[in-house]
Amino acid sequence: MEQMRKERIDRGLKVRTEGLYAISSYREILYLMGPRLLLIVGVLALPFIFELAPYWKRVINIMFVYALLALSFDFLANYVGLVCLGGAFLTGVGGYFSAIYNVYLGFPFYLAIPCATISGAVLCTLCLLPCLPLRGVYFAIVTLMYPLLFTRIIEALDIFGGTNGITGVDGFPNQYVEHYIIILVVIGFLFGMRRFVNQDIGLVLRGVKDNDQSVKASGIDITRMKVLAVFVASLIGCFGGAYMAHLYMWAGISLFALDFSIIPIASVVIGGGGTLVGAVIGSFILVPLSEILRAFGTFRIVIYCVILTGFIVFKSEGLMIYMQRKYHQFERWVKV
Amino acid sequence: MSEEPILSVKGVSKSFGGLKALMDVSFDVQRGEVFGIIGPNGSGKTTIINCITGFIKTQTGHVYFKGKEITGWKPHKIADAGIARTFQIMRPYYSLPAYKNLIIPLWSPRARKTGGWRGGGKHGDRDTVAVDILEEIGFERDSRVPYKLSSTLPTGYQKRLELARCMALRPEIIFCDEVFSGLSMSEIAGMLPLIEKMRDEGITLIMVEHRLRELFRVATKVMALNFGEKITEGEPSFVIEDKRVREAYLGAEGV
Repeated sequence: MEQMRKERIDRGLKVRTEGLYAISSYREILYLMGPRLLLIVGVLALPFIFELAPYWKRVINIMFVYALLALSFDFLANYVGLVCLGGAFLTGVGGYFSAIYNVYLGFPFYLAIPCATISGAVLCTLCLLPCLPLRGVYFAIVTLMYPLLFTRIIEALDIFGGTNGITGVDGFPNQYVEHYIIILVVIGFLFGMRRFVNQDIGLVLRGVKDNDQSVKASGIDITRMKVLAVFVASLIGCFGGAYMAHLYMWAGISLFALDFSIIPIASVVIGGGGTLVGAVIGSFILVPLSEILRAFGTFRIVIYCVILTGFIVFKSEGLMIYMQRKYHQFERWVKV
Repeated sequence: MSEEPILSVKGVSKSFGGLKALMDVSFDVQRGEVFGIIGPNGSGKTTIINCITGFIKTQTGHVYFKGKEITGWKPHKIADAGIARTFQIMRPYYSLPAYKNLIIPLWSPRARKTGGWRGGGKHGDRDTVAVDILEEIGFERDSRVPYKLSSTLPTGYQKRLELARCMALRPEIIFCDEVFSGLSMSEIAGMLPLIEKMRDEGITLIMVEHRLRELFRVATKVMALNFGEKITEGEPSFVIEDKRVREAYLGAEGV
């Protein structure tokens, strides 16, 4: 029997290296723009597609919040080499800040959210500062611990409404504002981060992941670079939290729930680490899935785990990397 | 000597637990010298580089760079002052193409200060400068090599990339930690002119080396270490004749 093997050939668009393309026709422009436009248009159209299903429109909002958290995790883990298990820390801090600005200080939501995003990111960065000069698992452990710590502090000291949380946070004026704020921010952060990691400063961050010793020997303070990276990632996460406080019109300790740490990580696994867009796609799959599975009660965890395990075993590279490869390369069977 | 040494190491000691890696090592390096450090395995050659460049803390002793004490400085601050180093185990930034590897040193404060990257205008962006440096160090500009992922490069090119990373900083001193090891004879033959060129450009080179023959072709002064102690120092021809050096390399019975 003749042996066959699959041959993969790059399309002739790439010039010499990743990220440089030679475009000579509209077809090729469309070929490169197509997937990106599809994503943007699809995402913008989502609220209209689900116009008649108010429950699912709610799910869409949450889905985008998880997309932001997954983006933040993917950036830190795959571009800077810091594994952050504390997505919940970011949402909690962002959410509480926004509620405080809105309820206690009377800021309107369009002022409270940006202020909360920035001050939340500053607080998160300060909290994580002590473990940034260290190498190893310390960062992961500390980020996992902070949401628990903050929950207990709020409970024990009975501050910010204690276990009841801060009620009476302003909602959004109408549901289109509600949808499009988060959708536009997700698109903005997605394409912004993609650009950021390919800038010179982004390359330095990627250098920190690959070989921090060598970055040090190049005369760059890696702690400072990590601080910058954590700040950027915290901005993304805190925005998600601040948005949720206004979405639920309430900020409580459930903003520190473990879900916000775990689901983004699972999304990145499914979507494909290091692609950024994969993180977003992953949460588009996982969050609706867990809503559908809600009908099964606690049994949904089992189904959820089976799907995740399946992905890790059979497609450990993640959906996006697989799809990008299929899209960018011809495949054909040739004789060995 | 009338001129002040560019690097002066005085009484540096370092021990890891009970193991004394360095004992009271002192030496001076003059500007423009090619200074070799030789010694058998485990004699503390790499440790002394790590101590000087701040990657490990010295326990006693002082290091002076151009008359200024740099003992206990952070590695990035020492690199910023003008002391670059290569690593014995080369680890390029694997996920980046070769020329993008140089963006990182070119982005550093030192490169901006010293004009390793002047920025904008006719000097082009960092990518252009990076390819220029790579060409200088022996990557063919028009081939695919500079654009390949650095993890796919052969050892010779990875060693060159390490040197290129140092060159991008426009340093005054480069520590070369075994740049010849693991290379074939022809690759070494290609590396030697690079070393000579750097020397001619006025960069002080401090080379840790196992390949004595190649080292002695370029070195102006050599220091020999054994079990963390300095045995001797001087002209290459003088050092190689030294009885203690021969003993250290061959074992006492071998002489």
